[in-house]
Amino acid sequence: MNFPSDMRVGRGTLRLISKALLWSALLAGVAITIFPFLWSLLLATHDRSTMFGSGLQLGIGTELLNNYDRLLSIMNFWVGMFNSFSVAVLGTVTSLLFCSMCGYALAVYKFRGQNVLFGMMICSMMLPPILTLIPYYMVINALGLTNTHLAVWLPFSINPFGIFLIRQYVVASVPKELLEAAKLDGASAFRTYWSVVLPLLKPGLATLAIVQFVFLWNNFLQPLVVLTSTEKMVITQMLRSVQGVPNTPWGALMLGTFISILPLVLIYLAASKQMINGLTSGAVKS
Amino acid sequence: MSAQTDIRPATLSSGLTPDRGERMKQLWHKSTPYWFMSPYIIIFGTFGIFPVFFMIYLSFHQWNPVAGLQSMRYVGLENYVLSLTDPMLWQTMWNTFLMALYSGIPQHLVALPMAYLLLLLGKRARHWLTTAYFLPYVTSTIAVSMIFFVMYSKESGIINLSLAWLANGSMTQWLFGWLNNLLPLGWVQENSLIRYSVSFVVFWKYVGFNIVIYTAGLATISDELFEAATIDGANAWQRFYHVALPLLRPFIFFAVTLTIIGNMNLFDEPYVLTRGLSQASTNGMTISNYLYRIAWEWLDMGSAAAISWILFVVIGVFTGLYFWFFGRRGLGGH
Repeated sequence: MNFPSDMRVGRGTLRLISKALLWSALLAGVAITIFPFLWSLLLATHDRSTMFGSGLQLGIGTELLNNYDRLLSIMNFWVGMFNSFSVAVLGTVTSLLFCSMCGYALAVYKFRGQNVLFGMMICSMMLPPILTLIPYYMVINALGLTNTHLAVWLPFSINPFGIFLIRQYVVASVPKELLEAAKLDGASAFRTYWSVVLPLLKPGLATLAIVQFVFLWNNFLQPLVVLTSTEKMVITQMLRSVQGVPNTPWGALMLGTFISILPLVLIYLAASKQMINGLTSGAVKS
Repeated sequence: MSAQTDIRPATLSSGLTPDRGERMKQLWHKSTPYWFMSPYIIIFGTFGIFPVFFMIYLSFHQWNPVAGLQSMRYVGLENYVLSLTDPMLWQTMWNTFLMALYSGIPQHLVALPMAYLLLLLGKRARHWLTTAYFLPYVTSTIAVSMIFFVMYSKESGIINLSLAWLANGSMTQWLFGWLNNLLPLGWVQENSLIRYSVSFVVFWKYVGFNIVIYTAGLATISDELFEAATIDGANAWQRFYHVALPLLRPFIFFAVTLTIIGNMNLFDEPYVLTRGLSQASTNGMTISNYLYRIAWEWLDMGSAAAISWILFVVIGVFTGLYFWFFGRRGLGGH
């Protein structure tokens, strides 16, 4: 969008001032947004003595490597990272399969009970997750899935948002003639879905993958309730659990925190446009 | 493939029970959508429908999950009576409500003008700034709350140290000297401050998300409208207030709805900032935190189930009122 130059701010100085004000507002916003991340990185180079010393410490400390050793001594850091990674990957891949199957069925077939399923999905989207936390735990408990990773990702693999998203994509980008042609060629329903429809859904699947991976990597509440042993814990849980320890080595913890957000931040910096579009797609397109 | 389908009717008709084969085929054909829907039906049935009904049953019982399912004991309405008369339940609902206001209102008051300002820039600059603003949304709530917990630290946090520096600096003392009476502030220790501390983190994390939504909304407004307004003599503020804002109404309604839903579920930020609900929790604990405490720290699943139902009703009533009051107007009459 191009705004026509405002006639009444014709005088050069006035225009300069308003431009300076505009940029200082926007850049102040950037500074406030970025600062905590840079600060955690800076603190990761300090230990307790320099951190809790008097006055502002703005210099880079020398404790980075020692903090790394401390980090490994207070928690199974890389085990937590690996657990988060495997939960996020398994959950994302499964949800791509399940959501695309369901979205495809809702888009292509007319069947009895369709409206009921549709209504249930909308209702479950409106329901705050906290209300379902107790029942979720009861089922996990009854199925004997406590302290398993399956419990953390399986219930989210049928994300109704994802199902709607895929349904939308099928309606918009899979021509009816193509499905008819596949049928005439004698392709089975599953084969049509797998080798004709799925390849056409790639952009939709990428969006869904972003949403699911970010959610699962950052998730805390369900792991907190279900994962109890330290070798199963995900990284968000591990970081939080050492907060209560007396004499917490905050430098080491800040290092761990920074490393834990690094994978998503790096992906984000490489593909910010796709990630912003993906994560707001539920909001912007409706 | 095609050869197979051509042959099949012939082989079937010469088979033993042609009708049965045909019917099986039809049945299989009819059931196809259900096969595709089966992951949803099975998983949602297991984790969604069954437990909701079980929760009704549970809310009339006393159950300690550690002791196993056999320890369940019928207590009638006791859980509901206990919960409804529990002052902490209403306190935590009030906390949730206040923090939703403190974090939600500034989010939209800042995001709207920021989105408008971003559109004054060139494409490249806008892209970079948006990328920066959106960054917190991508990072985990636990991680950023941990970082803010350190920044809020009473003795050595950057916020208190900066305030002390302002209060004692030779240039700034005349303006900030009064702060010395208050410092060090216990941002996450004091009940009087914790709501603001939590709300700021929530605000900081989600303002970028709203900026993106509003930028997308502004992009749908055609340039000609702004040009026409400019020719009619409207200045930048008037163009924002009289042209952009009314057309953004559906976007505002949607973004505010998302904010409200998000805030009802607020758990991570207050959980970390109150150090696992161990400090300043009277004012800092949200309803979600309290539910967690009852169910998993006090191991009283029956009461937690009863509270879930109470919450369900409260949220249902508020959602209904919200859509009734704002829904039609918010969507611009569509």
